[in-house]
Amino acid sequence: MKTLPKLAINRLRERRPLDAAAVDRFLARFSVPIVEGARCTFLYRGEADEVFLIHRIFGLPDHLPLRRLRGTDLWYAVLELPEGSRVEYQLEVAFADGRRERINDPLNPRLAHSPVGSSSVCYAHGHEIPDWTVPDPEARPGSLVDMVVPSRALRRDCPVTLYLPARFRRADPGTRYPLLIVHDGGDYLRYAAAKTVLDNLIHRLDVAELVAAFIYPGDRLTEYANSAAHARFLTAELLPRLEAELPLAGTPSGRCLMGSSFGAVASLSVAYRHPGVYGSLLLQSGSFVFTDIGHDHGGGPAFEPVVRFVNRFRAAPRRVADRMFVSCGVYEPLIVPNRSMVPVFEAAGMTVRYVEARDGHSWENWRDRLRDGLSWIFPGPQKYIYE
Amino acid sequence: MRIVLLGPQRRPTLEAAARSLGLSGPGLAGPVATITAGWQEREPDDALLVSLLEGQAVNLALYRRWLDVQDRDPEYRAGEQRLAGMLAELQELYLLRLDYALQAVYAVQRRSAPAPASGDALSAALEAVRELDAAHLRRVNEARLEFFDRLRPHDRPVIAENRAAVSAVLADAAALVIAGGHVGVLAEVLHLFNVAAALNGAPVIAWSAGAMALTDRIVLFHDRAPQGPGHPEVYGSGLSLLRDVVLLPHARARLLLDDTPRMTVLARRFAPARCVPLEAGTRIDVPADGAWPPGIRTIEAA
Repeated sequence: MKTLPKLAINRLRERRPLDAAAVDRFLARFSVPIVEGARCTFLYRGEADEVFLIHRIFGLPDHLPLRRLRGTDLWYAVLELPEGSRVEYQLEVAFADGRRERINDPLNPRLAHSPVGSSSVCYAHGHEIPDWTVPDPEARPGSLVDMVVPSRALRRDCPVTLYLPARFRRADPGTRYPLLIVHDGGDYLRYAAAKTVLDNLIHRLDVAELVAAFIYPGDRLTEYANSAAHARFLTAELLPRLEAELPLAGTPSGRCLMGSSFGAVASLSVAYRHPGVYGSLLLQSGSFVFTDIGHDHGGGPAFEPVVRFVNRFRAAPRRVADRMFVSCGVYEPLIVPNRSMVPVFEAAGMTVRYVEARDGHSWENWRDRLRDGLSWIFPGPQKYIYE
Repeated sequence: MRIVLLGPQRRPTLEAAARSLGLSGPGLAGPVATITAGWQEREPDDALLVSLLEGQAVNLALYRRWLDVQDRDPEYRAGEQRLAGMLAELQELYLLRLDYALQAVYAVQRRSAPAPASGDALSAALEAVRELDAAHLRRVNEARLEFFDRLRPHDRPVIAENRAAVSAVLADAAALVIAGGHVGVLAEVLHLFNVAAALNGAPVIAWSAGAMALTDRIVLFHDRAPQGPGHPEVYGSGLSLLRDVVLLPHARARLLLDDTPRMTVLARRFAPARCVPLEAGTRIDVPADGAWPPGIRTIEAA
């Protein structure tokens, strides 16, 4: 039987003398977490009573204790992560005086950001950050234009950021752009590098030149949880205005609603309320929480309207669009409802492309799935180009 | 007319091909006409091409002429937009049906049933795909014919003026060189400016999309697209100077050549047409009688 090579942390354990200088040298040598094949060693250095690895990997206890390396102030835990995994985590440190602190890993400079703060990131063996997510000097940049759409439906002025592709031709009568409406638009732009991604994918001919409307929620948990007012805003106010002012395709096949988490619920709900208007949906880690029996969905009060909506949809599935791209991280609890919804969507007569990733409920996961989704919904002209 | 097909020109072989046809040096009978419309808005960026042809090139500027027609003939432009919409719809419906038809082929192909039952089933499934391809090509060509009958481009002053200019250059040309790029755009402008009728028998050199646009059946393909392998799809007809051939530029990069069952389906689907990869460095000389030279590498059924 093939034996696995000894982990770096185990080699350190056997070192004599195992003193502070040895730990210093060890930490100077490795980047943290130490990734050795499928095994990732998480580390913390400092005086503490207890140290825990806090993560949100569905299926594992969310508090994994780190062990103290005897005679040192170095703590460690080894976690097996399948190839290509990406995990966001923090450390919880319990001190002798009773304080408990939750911190990003001080030994790991790689951080992921989101509206609720930052966390450390572990890239497991085989994980690669797609090159199309970072600025490419060769890619002509599109432009972002801010506008405000007064909404009677939502009773507020709604800010919208438009993405116009490079070489956008407003006056060319032969050009009609598809439209992508993006829920949580500010977060997609800020945390999922949406503009860079669009610039690059359009430049590479992976995705058609398109116009994107990044929208911003007011009271997100209300507007995105199957709200009639939100659906009216998108379909009766925003869409007509954009199609009147911009050279857009103006057909269902040229319209896509996109969102993640509650934004995915909002996308589905808007299409459900206005079937036949939107040809495609791009749903990432949708919060499609439902109950088969009883009322215990575990999502809390914010999910009540979502559960009612998803239960209703599951009871009588309706064809709300032609095509759906659905993605979810296998490490998030939402993987179960997302997997469950795929056959429901298909049974309703929609063409579904479903993609899973070894990732969590995070903006980088949603960013890294954009090429799969956008190139399927609005494919670029690659098949026509033979240089 | 003699036709020379080349592979992609990232490392140009055009210069050598032109020289071998005597298209270099002083005393050339006429200019070398070039078409770079496949490059679309980059059409005028042809300095390298001009230098490879030793400065004797005259760009027919078909893309610019197309924009000129759209600009100055609004009725034609509107008709063309309607045609484009209709063709897109036809293509979408064809792809929908093609997907199911090819899924049936692959499903039968995967099934381990004893011959001859499996062979018969596979042939029948493939025949359905071939019929679908043929019907689609027929419908696309009919739509174009109806469009030309209705809009009568030869009677439209702007088109006639541009056709005359193209024809005048081609009448004296020592050769025609067609670069790659967007094969749909190339096919469109070659038809619009009636290039086939204006050819004077001089050699034609073409590569990649330019070569595809010379055939009677343009097949789009991309097995390595980011959204996953797409089905090779019949797009329409080119100039039909080459018949019974499906040209496949960048085949190594764009096709799953190692997927033997898939390549078998490709070869059988388009037979008796030969499926010919055009890789970098490829050169195929098709003589005036149209007979394909022996030894050309083709994709074969296993």
